[in-house]
Amino acid sequence: VIELLFWPALLGYGEAALAYASPRTSRAATWGVRVGWLAQTALLALQAARADGFPWGSWSGSLNLFVWLVVGAYLIWGCRPRYRLLGLGVMPLAAALFVVSRVGGGTRTGEHAHYSNLFLVLHVGFVLAAFAGFTLAAALAALYLWEEGRLKRRAADILRLPPLATLERLTWQTIAVSLPLLTLGLAAGVVRLREESKGVDALEWLTLGTWLVYGVFVVARPAGRRAAYLALGGFALVIVARLALSAGHFG
Amino acid sequence: MSTLTLVGLSHHVAPVELRERVTLDADAAAQLARELGDAVCLSTCNRTELYVVDGEDPLPALEQLAGEPLDGVAYRLQDDAAATHLFRVASGLDSLVPGEGEILGQVRDAFEAVDTGPLLDRVFRQALAVGKRVRSETAIGESPASVSSAAAALASQVFGDLSGRRALLIGAGRIGELAAANLSSRGAEIAYVANRSPRELAQRFGGKPIGLDEIPSALGDVDVVISSTSAPETILRAADVPARRRRPLFFIDIAVPRDLDPAIQQLDGCFLYDIDDLEAVVAETLAGRRAEAARGEQLVAEEAERFRSWRASLDVVPTLASLRAHAEEIRSAELAKVRVSDDERRTLESVTQQILNKLLHLPTVRMKEAAAGAHGATYADAVRHLFGLDDE
Repeated sequence: VIELLFWPALLGYGEAALAYASPRTSRAATWGVRVGWLAQTALLALQAARADGFPWGSWSGSLNLFVWLVVGAYLIWGCRPRYRLLGLGVMPLAAALFVVSRVGGGTRTGEHAHYSNLFLVLHVGFVLAAFAGFTLAAALAALYLWEEGRLKRRAADILRLPPLATLERLTWQTIAVSLPLLTLGLAAGVVRLREESKGVDALEWLTLGTWLVYGVFVVARPAGRRAAYLALGGFALVIVARLALSAGHFG
Repeated sequence: MSTLTLVGLSHHVAPVELRERVTLDADAAAQLARELGDAVCLSTCNRTELYVVDGEDPLPALEQLAGEPLDGVAYRLQDDAAATHLFRVASGLDSLVPGEGEILGQVRDAFEAVDTGPLLDRVFRQALAVGKRVRSETAIGESPASVSSAAAALASQVFGDLSGRRALLIGAGRIGELAAANLSSRGAEIAYVANRSPRELAQRFGGKPIGLDEIPSALGDVDVVISSTSAPETILRAADVPARRRRPLFFIDIAVPRDLDPAIQQLDGCFLYDIDDLEAVVAETLAGRRAEAARGEQLVAEEAERFRSWRASLDVVPTLASLRAHAEEIRSAELAKVRVSDDERRTLESVTQQILNKLLHLPTVRMKEAAAGAHGATYADAVRHLFGLDDE
């Protein structure tokens, strides 16, 4: 059954990654995203049903969940033709990470759960959801910078893209929604540390730094290129934290 | 059966010197249509077309307007071809700029200016519906088709919703005014008007009149600048543009020679489009419109087929009416022979009516289907023969 769900999901994401390259096939790409995401949702549901605890506790399992969250967040505005280029950035990444997750065993069922503690489940779930949001915000910021460059070069096909102000607003909104999730995830982690009487390690300091960068972003609400650079800077920290999660937290 | 005839001239076949002679205002077009009988006259700057049912040949009327014979110039179409042409016209597919929206209103005005018979009523109502459908189901009308609308669309590309955005209009060039009107229609406010004599222009747009020397100080208070003066020298230099930190500033330079220093484009937060850039945007969007026009043609073909089926079904309508009248006559005659109470008669009326309706339902449907498939006349002849309708 897992095979029956994994391959349609990968096929959907892969088809979308390729089909977003052309405006003519962007509608088919959006259907690929939808079908792939539904298949992956079923896959995750099956994993949850067959696990004896939090089923995405390994680095590869968390990657599987992360991909699902990123694609889910993209689906919110991925159905519009003007956001085709956003899909062209997000979907190849999602397809590649999904394959990595599969190679690492993250799409299997009946795995032994590393975490069963509720606080840890909340910690991992919230942090991954926040990271997914930050990933999408970074894609929006990158699209903003790219489009601004096209406007500066006075490109004739500029009207096919979403308005700059809309990209700026969506970037801020996505981060404003993701930051509370990261806050909750960090709070759950701190409670766990207190229970185990452990100190804050380097990864946790890094995540706190990430939280601070995005906190400044939400409060100061910078505009234009500065906002895009700050969102991308925060995402650079997210990438480091995500890699450290795989190497450290999940062992 | 009634015949629909179309005779017309358009930008495809006639130069403007000829078109301007046959162009009529709304009243004159309606008057001409009435003189032709059951007719509609559609007259715009790009076409004059006469749609006539049965009545006299409309070509002489058009030739009289043109003041010369129009053989080989005017086009003549009949029935389904005439209807399909009207559907394309109403959809903007036959326009100089594919998908332009004005033509749909012009078709509606021409139709509503006269009283029409059932055939013209049907074909024009369907044309209006087709026009709306093509606009709603394709993106043919979404992109700008002129330099002035492209300028406003580009401002929206930077700011999104233009409500609350403020603009400065420099000069009184016609395209600049049109661009300002386009910005206003999208919700922007023309806050300042700078010109050598700015008062009249300022009154028209409701902005504050300022002198050309006050432009740099006004820039801090606006989001969009449109310039279209006939000045031979640069009106605004990059050094005079204040730094923008939080809000972008969008410049549209429609003047030739250019009013605005091209170096403005290099400033942080500033975007500058000149007339060549705007024309490139229009050319690009027109290419998109042509691609959408192909989808519009498919919708028109579907609607033309529906019209053809409807028209073919008219072949069997007289036979169906005769058949129903014949059946009703038999039913009434037989009921009259029965002696029953009033209550019982009412029951019998109801029951026999239902039987008659059920009996005639399937033959009615089948005959209309056969008519749509071009076998209507055969079926109609058979029914008339079988039920002796011709003998009556």
